[in-house]
Amino acid sequence: MTLARHHGGGVILFTFIAALVLTIMPLPEWGRYLRPDWACLVLIYWCLALPDRVGVSSGWLLGLAVDLLTGALLGQHALSLSLVAYLTLKFHQRVRLFPIWQQALTVLVLLMLHQLLALWISRMIGRPGAPWFFWAPSLLGMLIWPLVYGVLRSLRRGFRVN
Amino acid sequence: MFVALSAVLMVMDHKYRSLESVRAGLSVAIYPIQLLVEVPETVSEWFSESLATRRHLQEENDSLHTQIFMQKAQMQKLAALEAENIRLRELLDSSFEVGEKVIIAELLSVNLDPYKHQIVINKGQLDNIYPGQPLLDAEGVMGQIVHAGPYTSTAVLITDTAHAIPVQVNRNGLRSIALGSGTINRLDLPYIPNSADIQPGDLLITSGLGGRFPPGYPVAVVSAVQHDPGRTFSQVVATPLAHLDRSREVLLVWPGETTTILEATELAPLDAPSDTDTDGTGTAGIATETEEAPP
Repeated sequence: MTLARHHGGGVILFTFIAALVLTIMPLPEWGRYLRPDWACLVLIYWCLALPDRVGVSSGWLLGLAVDLLTGALLGQHALSLSLVAYLTLKFHQRVRLFPIWQQALTVLVLLMLHQLLALWISRMIGRPGAPWFFWAPSLLGMLIWPLVYGVLRSLRRGFRVN
Repeated sequence: MFVALSAVLMVMDHKYRSLESVRAGLSVAIYPIQLLVEVPETVSEWFSESLATRRHLQEENDSLHTQIFMQKAQMQKLAALEAENIRLRELLDSSFEVGEKVIIAELLSVNLDPYKHQIVINKGQLDNIYPGQPLLDAEGVMGQIVHAGPYTSTAVLITDTAHAIPVQVNRNGLRSIALGSGTINRLDLPYIPNSADIQPGDLLITSGLGGRFPPGYPVAVVSAVQHDPGRTFSQVVATPLAHLDRSREVLLVWPGETTTILEATELAPLDAPSDTDTDGTGTAGIATETEEAPP
């Protein structure tokens, strides 16, 4: 039973690493401002699918990795991703039953919260405000949520991660 | 608990800079991810290098030959000028260093936060890189190192909104500060009085006053000057000379360690033994400094 419980941890780790790679993947200049927050999307999925395995602490560690990779203030993404993980865990039973478009809307709220925290923190340390397209990654994240959801679910089922 | 932990981390990172060693240690853990992202770039570079045609290589070779020839011709003049400069400085009894110790680093092809102008380079503490170290490319000053990990370092560009660089106008020595604007091809000089003598086309060089950047390196060219009698300062905008968004190779400078240009390029090995000696002690000095407390 314990063996079965811990099945597929490698797959979860792999998806997190893939998300981190996508986070710093070089993009053309216009694409840099549109990059969806892959780490946040993948974290939300795993929190919804396996709330007993992926949670606040995973979110915190993932956030710390994002901080290091993007050169942000140490702890900034750690804070916002652990908050996102907490909220997802709190509502996972309800959100799981939502139709996919409604799920995408919930994801949009979470992504925007994530970005709002980032904006607050950067204002607090004296960086200038953001233009309107600062929010574009959240919208794009919402639009690709069905895709992320589908891919990760097939991965989870294919490798029997539970 | 995690919220509190993150808050403590952020405050410590922002206010006290005490987490540099933690960040450096943790950056080893994420180094593989950066390498992974680098893979397609490396592969495509390798392909284009190994598949380059003979004609293309020959053309490139020719143009490089011409370039070297031209630069050698300029260097001949430089040797005389440098000697003369040192002699004159000696007459004036002031010390002057012509060249600095430099190494070449390469950018890793990773994108960071698009709202910060930061880059990652493939040299770190193991190459004696330290936070605050100036970064140049072939055309001018690019920025400075902010975090130095063991294998990689993060640098902030001069156009980042949090960056300011002390400059002076090459024509008349007028000193000012150039602030990053957040736009990759623009620097702002907000503290120039209306009466100051500055005009479009003026070359801005580092003044060396902040103690970070060695004096005399080109930074930017003034592109627009707007005198508004209603304001205390005129609005001056400059264009950075360095290819901030295009350079692949960058130069890292040790401002303290000085060799003359001739010794650095090994064109005229006059007193080679004493030269290498001073070089060795200098490197050791820097190394211990970085270990104890990075400035």
